[in-house]
Amino acid sequence: MAKTKVMERKPLTFSEKTFIPQIASGLATTFGNMFKKTVTLQYPEERPVIPENYRGIPTLVKDPKGRVKCVSCQLCEFVCPPKAIRINPSEIDGEEDPERAHIEKEPATFDINMLRCIYCGLCQEVCPEEAIFLQDDFSLSGYTREEMVYGKDKLLELGGTLPDRHFKWDKKKLAEESNSGHH
Amino acid sequence: MDFLSYLLPFIYALSMIGVFMTLCAYSVLAERKICSFIQGRVGPNRARIPIIGQIPVLGNILTRLGLFHPAADGLKFLFKEEITPGHVRLTYYYLAPIIALAPALTTMVVLPFGRYVDASGAVQPLVLANIDVGILFILAISSLGVYGIVLAGWASNSKYPFLGAIRSTAQMISYELAMGLSILPVFLWAAAPGSDYGLSLFGVVQSQQGLWLILWQPISALIFLVAIFAETNRLPFDMAESETDLVGGFHTEYGAFKFGIFFVAEYAHIIMGSSLFVLLFLGGWNFLPGLADPWPAGIIGIVMSALWFLLKVCGMIFFFIWVRWSLPRFRYDQVMHLGWKILLPLAIANFVIYIFVIALIDKFIN
Repeated sequence: MAKTKVMERKPLTFSEKTFIPQIASGLATTFGNMFKKTVTLQYPEERPVIPENYRGIPTLVKDPKGRVKCVSCQLCEFVCPPKAIRINPSEIDGEEDPERAHIEKEPATFDINMLRCIYCGLCQEVCPEEAIFLQDDFSLSGYTREEMVYGKDKLLELGGTLPDRHFKWDKKKLAEESNSGHH
Repeated sequence: MDFLSYLLPFIYALSMIGVFMTLCAYSVLAERKICSFIQGRVGPNRARIPIIGQIPVLGNILTRLGLFHPAADGLKFLFKEEITPGHVRLTYYYLAPIIALAPALTTMVVLPFGRYVDASGAVQPLVLANIDVGILFILAISSLGVYGIVLAGWASNSKYPFLGAIRSTAQMISYELAMGLSILPVFLWAAAPGSDYGLSLFGVVQSQQGLWLILWQPISALIFLVAIFAETNRLPFDMAESETDLVGGFHTEYGAFKFGIFFVAEYAHIIMGSSLFVLLFLGGWNFLPGLADPWPAGIIGIVMSALWFLLKVCGMIFFFIWVRWSLPRFRYDQVMHLGWKILLPLAIANFVIYIFVIALIDKFIN
């Protein structure tokens, strides 16, 4: 058993027993506080500074050329712990969009139920295409549960475009065209 | 002329109620603002009244100071749903807030708040009723406020209000003794033998034209200050409310306007307590200790003396609020210990010592 050390407690002096010096010093502290700068952030008008790598709501991003990056591999759907993501994959119509025919897949629908999402960021971590990012939006509201299920269009709109230097699918197309095998 | 002499007292009374209630409302705002400054916040700064609030610069300043909030608060209390719990005793339940507020407002009748010089050159107080037992009247009436709290606690028919009411009663009775004893030396000092002031508050103020009584009688002032904190149920003595252990205390079962009345009553008591402390110990409307009053003759002097008094009262209200947001609440047994074992003996000793001191002064100096 650990040794206990009995702390020596001095008996209170007379001035301590009256409480008056302590009360006076407490009053001085609070009075000093009145003239310090306030720490309030007046929220709707002033917004907090969002740090880098903040995990706000998950969003879908486009590449700088305005193309959807998601290829509906469904990894995020599988990894999502609260099962908030629902993806309905579809084939890219090669005749309608020959530029992107070699990508083969894109999501027909991509729903994230924001009421289920726990902002863990696993979807962002797992995405091989860097198509889903948790960005700095943190305040959501809606009147119904249905409204809180964000669809593909809304997610793309929230996501915007992130600078991306890879252009993976462009390179793959180039490689195919020059017959140098897979990039 | 006759008609006017009947009418004037009503006008005076109504205007005094107006000033007093405005002061109550704005001390609520002061409480919220000062507490937020102490805690590093900005406090209420959103409410805006349509026309005044839209004046370009002034409107923004007034809004930021929160000056429209009392009106918003009052309206909120008025338009809230009046909920009456099913288990209360109705008559007393409705009676309690009125009984809590009435004594606080009644005492202001004998409260002198300024002075004027009458036709014969004598200085007279500005007061609704200049009776020569002023302080006795205030002590008698203001203690009735506790009945409002007791009645609220009992009529609520529920345990937390009941406990709050019991605590508050015991506390008020305990501190009343010390308070009464602490102001006896003040009146011994103020009313010289043969003076015609007696127990009037005006006499006390007139006696402080040289030095204030807080300098002559610091112990009396301290005991009286602690006692009015206890009497007004303010922190560190707010045993009657004590949110942490009694939910809301005596007004737990009250809502809407009835709660509002309790709230106003609390602040009315604070204003009364502050005014009383200013009158008894801080020289009332006298300018500064050791300095002659600079009030000019005529109406300006009257207004200036009243404003100076009001300024001192506001300072005391600030002190009340400042203490509230600095000190933690006493435990109940500590409150009783302080009241009975420390303040009461101290007040008695103080009284006895001043009897001797005043007797010696009268014998050897005068």
